[in-house]
Amino acid sequence: MTDASNTGPAAPLGTVQTNYMAQLQRRRLYGGLTLLLFVVLMISGFNVADGRNAGGFWDGLQNIGDYPADVLSEAWAKRADLPALIWKYVPALLETINIAAVSTLIGAAIGLVFSLLSTRGLARWPRLIPLFRRMMDIMRAVPEIVIALVLIFVLGGGPVPAMIAIAIHTAGALGKMFSEVAENADLKPVEGLASTGATWFQKMWYGVLPQVAPNFLSYGLLRFEINIRASAILGFVGAGGLGYELRNSMSWGPGRFDEATAIFILLFSTIVFFDQLSSRYRNRLADGDAI
Amino acid sequence: MTVVDLSPAKTEAEALFRRKRLKMFVFPAVILAYFVYVFFAFDVMGLAKRANWDNAVTLVSDSWSHKVHVTRTNKTGEMSYAVEGERKGTYPDGTYPDWVTVNDIVTVDLGRDHYVRFLPDRRTEIDIPGFGTIAAQANGRQIATNLGQEIPNWINASNRRVAVTTPEGRITITGSKTEIFNYFPGWELFWFTFNSPYYGVPLTDILFGARVDPDRHNITGAITDWWNNAMWRHKDVAWAIGETILMAFLGTFGAAIIALPLAFLAAKKFAPFALIRSVTRRFFDFVRGVDALIWTVVLARAFGPGPLTGALAILITDTGTFGKIFSEALENVDDKQIEGISSTGANPVQRYRFGVIPQIIPVLLAQVLYFLESNTRSATIIGAITGGGIGLMLTQAIQTQKDWEEVAYYITLIILMVMVMDWFSGWLRAKLIGRTDAHT
Repeated sequence: MTDASNTGPAAPLGTVQTNYMAQLQRRRLYGGLTLLLFVVLMISGFNVADGRNAGGFWDGLQNIGDYPADVLSEAWAKRADLPALIWKYVPALLETINIAAVSTLIGAAIGLVFSLLSTRGLARWPRLIPLFRRMMDIMRAVPEIVIALVLIFVLGGGPVPAMIAIAIHTAGALGKMFSEVAENADLKPVEGLASTGATWFQKMWYGVLPQVAPNFLSYGLLRFEINIRASAILGFVGAGGLGYELRNSMSWGPGRFDEATAIFILLFSTIVFFDQLSSRYRNRLADGDAI
Repeated sequence: MTVVDLSPAKTEAEALFRRKRLKMFVFPAVILAYFVYVFFAFDVMGLAKRANWDNAVTLVSDSWSHKVHVTRTNKTGEMSYAVEGERKGTYPDGTYPDWVTVNDIVTVDLGRDHYVRFLPDRRTEIDIPGFGTIAAQANGRQIATNLGQEIPNWINASNRRVAVTTPEGRITITGSKTEIFNYFPGWELFWFTFNSPYYGVPLTDILFGARVDPDRHNITGAITDWWNNAMWRHKDVAWAIGETILMAFLGTFGAAIIALPLAFLAAKKFAPFALIRSVTRRFFDFVRGVDALIWTVVLARAFGPGPLTGALAILITDTGTFGKIFSEALENVDDKQIEGISSTGANPVQRYRFGVIPQIIPVLLAQVLYFLESNTRSATIIGAITGGGIGLMLTQAIQTQKDWEEVAYYITLIILMVMVMDWFSGWLRAKLIGRTDAHT
């Protein structure tokens, strides 16, 4: 029995080694080819982008500091007005944060329902799981700007189009992440509740949600941080808030750079603030979860 | 025998329940109050008034249909037939749609017994079943009609302009021209414009039939004409999508290449000096905090509009994000593998190459590929701001407020593009690092 594995030990060792070396060589070759392909793609991609850009990369690189320098020097010259200007744009900042907060809340609520409906073992209608999954895929795939621009045409400018647009994307994105978490939920509480004759809603509310709540909250916070950025960007295409004010102050050009600076400062500090806040909370949630 | 006093535990439990119940009530109440506040802050009531539902109707109906304009210039009596009224969609001279009859007078059959007749002397007659015939004559800038005082609300008539809206089409008459808009479902001229010999030729004839255009092979000729279609601009659209994907590709991978070495400087395990660590981390926080929006604005000043600007904006922002993620991954590297490599007498470079890199590569690749998909979406938005890619085409098409079928076309393509990128990055991830859970 034992010598079955030891038959002919001497000769194959060399073969094994050469085989191994050949395999290693081949793997290195493939790795090298992949790397080469990647480098070629990067360089040619850069050249194409450079060629289709209005200004060239190397020319632009020299004046990259010009605009920030202009803005900052003008803002520095008028630094006495800066606090007042910052105060002036606080309402716009609030609007940006409100858009992000409301769309995160609504999106998370819709995403929650969708995720439960599309998780195996939890779904209310198991046959419809693929349908709900595809719906989430589409909601996730639509960039916010598409819905925002169409809604601005119908509803007029303002925060509501941006809010709806971000909420739809959030529902799709969070729905997928929630569903991945819910897939790992323990089904015993659900079975226990089922034995008492609980409805689907009660099973989810008392059996699943308490298990997944920390993870959901953590993903929700991450989304909120992403949505603040999205809401600022959508403002730039006419959806209100800080982005809208930024575009206006930019289009005025020199002379109003102090306003642009005030908005820069507000936007930057808000993003950093919520970034730090959410990462701190998420670390805490993750630590509590890990035990 | 000891007597256990359960009352403190009981009160404690009751207090816990009370707290929980209070939480159950307070938490939704706070959210509800916030929604009420936002309802007024966003002026949702005013929105209902400001909303333009006609726009919504136009948008929805135009996105899946097209209209053919039949126009008579009243001064000269010259007729023209054009899809969407665009010069690029004009029927060639001497041809017209089959629902138009040209004899001494031009008769347009709008369907369901609605007829419009272009008569000499700048006169127009419109037959509408159940209503009768509307006759109008343009004299200079004035319009004379046989309409009395009582006109239904689907006719809008003044002595300068008459507009008739029927379910079969619209007619407007002004002093200078008489125009008919006839609606049809579908995207007209999507494949070939009128000036292409392949217009109206069935697909089987193009593939298997005799040469339509004697100079060119059928298939190459058809593809060339479709690619250069002036109405739908397939070539420009393809380039725009390519630009958007290029922005995402260059930005994501460029950021990963720059962030990897910097991440070593920010990780406690590899950077002994607290100062360098802290400076690198603040740098990551800074470029991330400035956000793609402001980077786009700043970079657009230096590099001008175009895909390169968008790529650089993504690159700079994501350098911060990747730097943070990579350095966290580096801190979680298992020392045992590095020790194992060291025990074989490996030099520092080999220690990194065989002890560290294999551990972090899966995490890195998973993140980078995930960002590739999400940056495709960002690139669409950044393109709309900086002026490049499909985002710009979409914004322009929406701003002209008439080519809704083109808007629908672009939206479909954008969604498909993101889904394909999602699928592609997932496929690549599975290929490169196996089917492990991409846990962030």
